[in-house]
Amino acid sequence: MDIKVLGTGCAKCKSLEEITRKAVEEKGIDANVEKVEDLIQIMTYGVMTTPALVIDGKVAVKGRVPSVEEIKDLL
Amino acid sequence: MRLQKRLSISTQIALALPAIIVLFYYLQPLVDYMTYELFTLKADSHWGQVINFFFYDSIKIIILVFLISSLMGLVNTYFPVERLRNYLTTKKLYGLQYLFASLFGAVTPFCSCSSIPLFIGFVQGGIPLGVTFAYLITSPLVNEVAVAMFLGFFGWKTTLIYATSGIFLGVIGGFLLGKLKLDRYLADWVQQIQRNANPANVADFESENLSFTERLPAIIADGWGIVRKVLPYIILGIGIGALMHGFVPENFFSEYLSEDKWYAIPLAVIMAVPLYASASGIVPIIQVFVAKGVPLGTAIAFMMAVIGLSLPEATLLKKVMQWKLIGIFFATITLFIILLGYLFNWIL
Repeated sequence: MDIKVLGTGCAKCKSLEEITRKAVEEKGIDANVEKVEDLIQIMTYGVMTTPALVIDGKVAVKGRVPSVEEIKDLL
Repeated sequence: MRLQKRLSISTQIALALPAIIVLFYYLQPLVDYMTYELFTLKADSHWGQVINFFFYDSIKIIILVFLISSLMGLVNTYFPVERLRNYLTTKKLYGLQYLFASLFGAVTPFCSCSSIPLFIGFVQGGIPLGVTFAYLITSPLVNEVAVAMFLGFFGWKTTLIYATSGIFLGVIGGFLLGKLKLDRYLADWVQQIQRNANPANVADFESENLSFTERLPAIIADGWGIVRKVLPYIILGIGIGALMHGFVPENFFSEYLSEDKWYAIPLAVIMAVPLYASASGIVPIIQVFVAKGVPLGTAIAFMMAVIGLSLPEATLLKKVMQWKLIGIFFATITLFIILLGYLFNWIL
């Protein structure tokens, strides 16, 4: 599974990355979590509010930091 | 299991909200009792005033920041920025688009790290630069923390004046910057996006289908998150404000920052631009300045500059604009804030 955390480096983006990693670990699935900080790349996903979570190329969450439970449900 | 959890959250909110309102209503007598009875400080002593002011204002502001952040979060989940973008790209609005963009900027919680993706998102949809600027000016200026602080320290009238002029500033500033045809000063890659802009690119907006009770916990959590983030600054600012309140004599500042000094407003505004991280700490201090004789217009202009113009934001904007455009953008807002300051001192 390919997971990307989109964000330019603000506090919320960092916490989304942490929470995502935690969710992946707790679920014990094989996934690659990557942080995308480059603006041009972020914009190709069409999000206007960061942070955003992209799972297998699809924007799952944008503009907020969901709970670990919610990410587990999404995965 | 899930339903149970949701119910318990609703019940928690149903219990907590009236409790917060009751606390808010009886806060002054409560704090009075604490300072004068429990701490046995005298009401007319310096330390009595300091302690009373500190606890009363801290608790009041924390409650207000929490309530207003949650309220704005609520508005925001129902009117996400994608919806505004679609509206602006698909409808003919005859100039009202500046007002809508500015109003929207006022109700969205501002995060400077979101302003760039948002800027590009607007450009992608073919929204004119001026309208984007209208949003960009108002968004930091009228935000949940500033509104809560103004409500708590200056009352609803000043808050209304502040918010209205922030929105007005966005509309006028955006309109003017739009007329200047500044698109050639955008960063090259942004101009590239602009040439390929098409409302159809962005039309496929789908909102998250969540019910109210599903959204609420996240909104409350976000509201609380904002409180936690600004809390240290608020405590520090109120602490300094409380000390000044207790020890600085009345009319101390009026000698230096009074109305008849023409340079007071420009000086205050220019001094304010580099002060950013401390925005939530600045308002409680300024409140004391006003209480000790600084004219309200000068104070509002100063705070608008602190909150609305920041160097970190300028460096972020560098990713999408050339320095020249950032300079024009900041100079225009600075000028307008100074003019507003004179206007307030004249009418208030």
